[in-house]
Amino acid sequence: MSIDMEQFHQVFFEESLEGLDVMESSLMELQEGKVDAEVVNSIFRAAHSIKGGSATFGFAAVAEFTHVLETLLDEVRQETRQITAEIIDLLLQSVDCLRDQMSALEQGESADSAQSHELKQSFQKILDADDSDAGSVKPDQGVDSNSESSPGWSIFFKPEIEIVQSGNEPLRMFRELALLGKLETTVHMDALPSFAALEPENCYLYWDLKLFGIDISEAQIKEVFEWVEDEAEIRIESLDAESTAADEAIDSAEGMGASQLSEVAQEEGNNASVTEISKTNSFAKRESASIRVGIDKVDELINTVGELVITQSMLSAVGEDFQMDQLARLQHGLNQLAQNTRELQESVMRIRMLPISFSFNRYPRMIRDLGKQLDKKVELVMVGEQTELDKTVLEKIGDPLTHLVRNSMDHGIESPEERIAAGKSETGIITLKASHQGGNIVIEIIDDGKGLDREKILEKAIEKGLQQRGDHLTDEQIYQLILKAGFSTAEQVSDVSGRGVGMDVVRRNIQELGGSINIDSQQGQGSTITIRLPLTLAILDGQLARVSDQIFVFPLVSIIESLELQGIEVRKAAGGCDLIKLREEYIPVVYLSEVFGISSQPTSLENSLLVVVESNNEKIGVVIDDLLSQQQIVIKSLEENYQKVEGISGATILGDGRVALIADIGELIKLSGATHLNKMEAGSTTFPADPQAA
Amino acid sequence: MNSVESVENEANGLLQQGEHGVDQYLTFVMEDDEYGVDILCVQEIRGWEDTTPIPNAPGFVKGVINLRGTIVPIIDIRQCFNMQETTYGSLTVVIVLRANHEAGSRTIGIVVDAVSDVHSFSESDLHSPPSLGNSVNTSYIKGLAQAGQNMVILLDIDRALNFDELQGFMDVQPEADAAPSNS
Repeated sequence: MSIDMEQFHQVFFEESLEGLDVMESSLMELQEGKVDAEVVNSIFRAAHSIKGGSATFGFAAVAEFTHVLETLLDEVRQETRQITAEIIDLLLQSVDCLRDQMSALEQGESADSAQSHELKQSFQKILDADDSDAGSVKPDQGVDSNSESSPGWSIFFKPEIEIVQSGNEPLRMFRELALLGKLETTVHMDALPSFAALEPENCYLYWDLKLFGIDISEAQIKEVFEWVEDEAEIRIESLDAESTAADEAIDSAEGMGASQLSEVAQEEGNNASVTEISKTNSFAKRESASIRVGIDKVDELINTVGELVITQSMLSAVGEDFQMDQLARLQHGLNQLAQNTRELQESVMRIRMLPISFSFNRYPRMIRDLGKQLDKKVELVMVGEQTELDKTVLEKIGDPLTHLVRNSMDHGIESPEERIAAGKSETGIITLKASHQGGNIVIEIIDDGKGLDREKILEKAIEKGLQQRGDHLTDEQIYQLILKAGFSTAEQVSDVSGRGVGMDVVRRNIQELGGSINIDSQQGQGSTITIRLPLTLAILDGQLARVSDQIFVFPLVSIIESLELQGIEVRKAAGGCDLIKLREEYIPVVYLSEVFGISSQPTSLENSLLVVVESNNEKIGVVIDDLLSQQQIVIKSLEENYQKVEGISGATILGDGRVALIADIGELIKLSGATHLNKMEAGSTTFPADPQAA
Repeated sequence: MNSVESVENEANGLLQQGEHGVDQYLTFVMEDDEYGVDILCVQEIRGWEDTTPIPNAPGFVKGVINLRGTIVPIIDIRQCFNMQETTYGSLTVVIVLRANHEAGSRTIGIVVDAVSDVHSFSESDLHSPPSLGNSVNTSYIKGLAQAGQNMVILLDIDRALNFDELQGFMDVQPEADAAPSNS
């Protein structure tokens, strides 16, 4: 029987990467000179399971490397070795190295061993350097004084006759011994009685055992026989160096393990035809990622589906022989169905939700490394790591967040000297905060550094031609400038930041996710960067709005209010822009029919409705003909079969099967500006850039 | 995915050629002319239904429809080919096609007057389209073939249904009419 091991590879890689994450975050918790047993244990466990897994799957390079790691960790665990900054560094480097190896293996390449080799040597150096003093304290690996470089042991083992009845099985002990080294057994059967006198539950045999192996200690052998010490005659003697078959048989404990592995490999080799085929298959890139879901979420899903089935059978019973007097029951059933559907939808969505700590957890490491590189002292505080958000959003937010945290480190936090000079504590604090606000997740990156230099930014913007001199800008507008491409105030370009690419990418990524970014800063006090993101990308609470005979969907979260235009004065501002005054605030007004080029006989403004929407802290009023219902809509891609449409973020299918387009508020605001501009240029009221008109 | 699919398509094509030495084309009629598309690209043929218009889309894009949960744009290739617009009725036919482009494949519906026939042409039956100068873009014509008395214009779907190219193609014309647009 052959098992195709390839099918488990993906699981192994995922688990190993998870294990590495655990190792990394635990390593970050380790303090120099202080050993928290629980933390060390969790690192050890992670390393151990990676070693086990990689050995099972025949990734010898990884297994070997992790073995060295494990040896060191074991010493730390036994408290025979002090944990030093050097060791933590090395361990962190090996986590990176293992990660590289894993991804190489995943691509079907061989694990690059140059780096691991280097690290392995560093580990070996540490292990060797103070092996003499550390070794004497080691309890189980301890090298007994009389056993050094003994080629093996000769063991005489004569159990008492009732040994098997006490639950002790010699065979099992021998197996255990075989794990230590090469075992030769000679059985003595002279104590066997005649067949008639033989008691099947008695043990009449005794053995002479020869165990070959260089670094097997007497203690290890004694441990095997620990339970039978009183029930057997045991003599353990060291084999002489010139003892017989010591030549090729000398094999370390790991060597034995390896040779067993190669046997497995050979076995697999016999089924080469099968393996080969599966190999070619697995070369096709794996695209579907998997997701780990808590069992409670799955149970909830099953419950909901159960209820759905009940509702369905109830409805079909009603439908089978429908009478008008059953109408109430039918309606009741439909209500229940609606509720079930909603619950089902929510549970399914929840499966895709992951805590943001998946993303946050990489930053302690990054801050530590960067802190060293930049010579800054920084403490990272994380708040609300358990806040859940959609997996897709989570994956896409990783890079922007990294950029922002790096920026805070590089530009925000000052050097310790500067901080002390400014009367702050030497150690800077960067806070990562996540929370839910309505249908959004809000992520804040707060640093207590020097803050943004308003004047410097403005100066730079003018220099780069992004801004005209003399323009009056609010603080917020100035801060938004740093999100523009090619903008950097860093005096010199370091490999941490300063090329002015990062922030542009950040802004674009966040906008792609339908989110917004906001910067607030107090010079000398620090800055706060706030990112708002939709919780999920697939489903949206929408408000249906009618313009002429077309229906558009507005995301409910972006709607502030809607009002009748009747009795509200619409003023003309310079440049043909319409404004309304809404509670001490002037809000520009756009006509959706105009922006979207819908030809409709202008309904009098009196009958129109105004929806005030907000995106990126900008408000506009959108004039529509009518508001229809609110409903949850499933977002469908328009780009899949068509292309990006300005002002539209996607499409959805309404209850009657028709397609409705979803308005992209952010773009609508931009478009409205363009509309006014066009109007000014054309000096007429034609629709902007309509190819049909041309 | 793209490459896998295109390989599949190629494989299908080869299979087809290997077995019959010919490709099959679905032909349709527009303004008395017969056009053909590779039958392997055809997903389904359906009647005209009302579409949801797309704001500020070029005129030949009639809008999008819901095709069993996917949003599919409908284009009128009459307008691409500078033919007269007609009103759509119950007899108007939409052919849903799968076209490949750089980023994958797209499902697109085209409006035609009527579906006519399925013809088999071998590679040698195809005549390359005559060069018509700059006035007519012939890049999306795969070739011309003779079916009985009629000439069939075979379209290269992947090119003909490329929005960027269509857009460019449409943009050329107003310019010829000396109406500069800044979009």
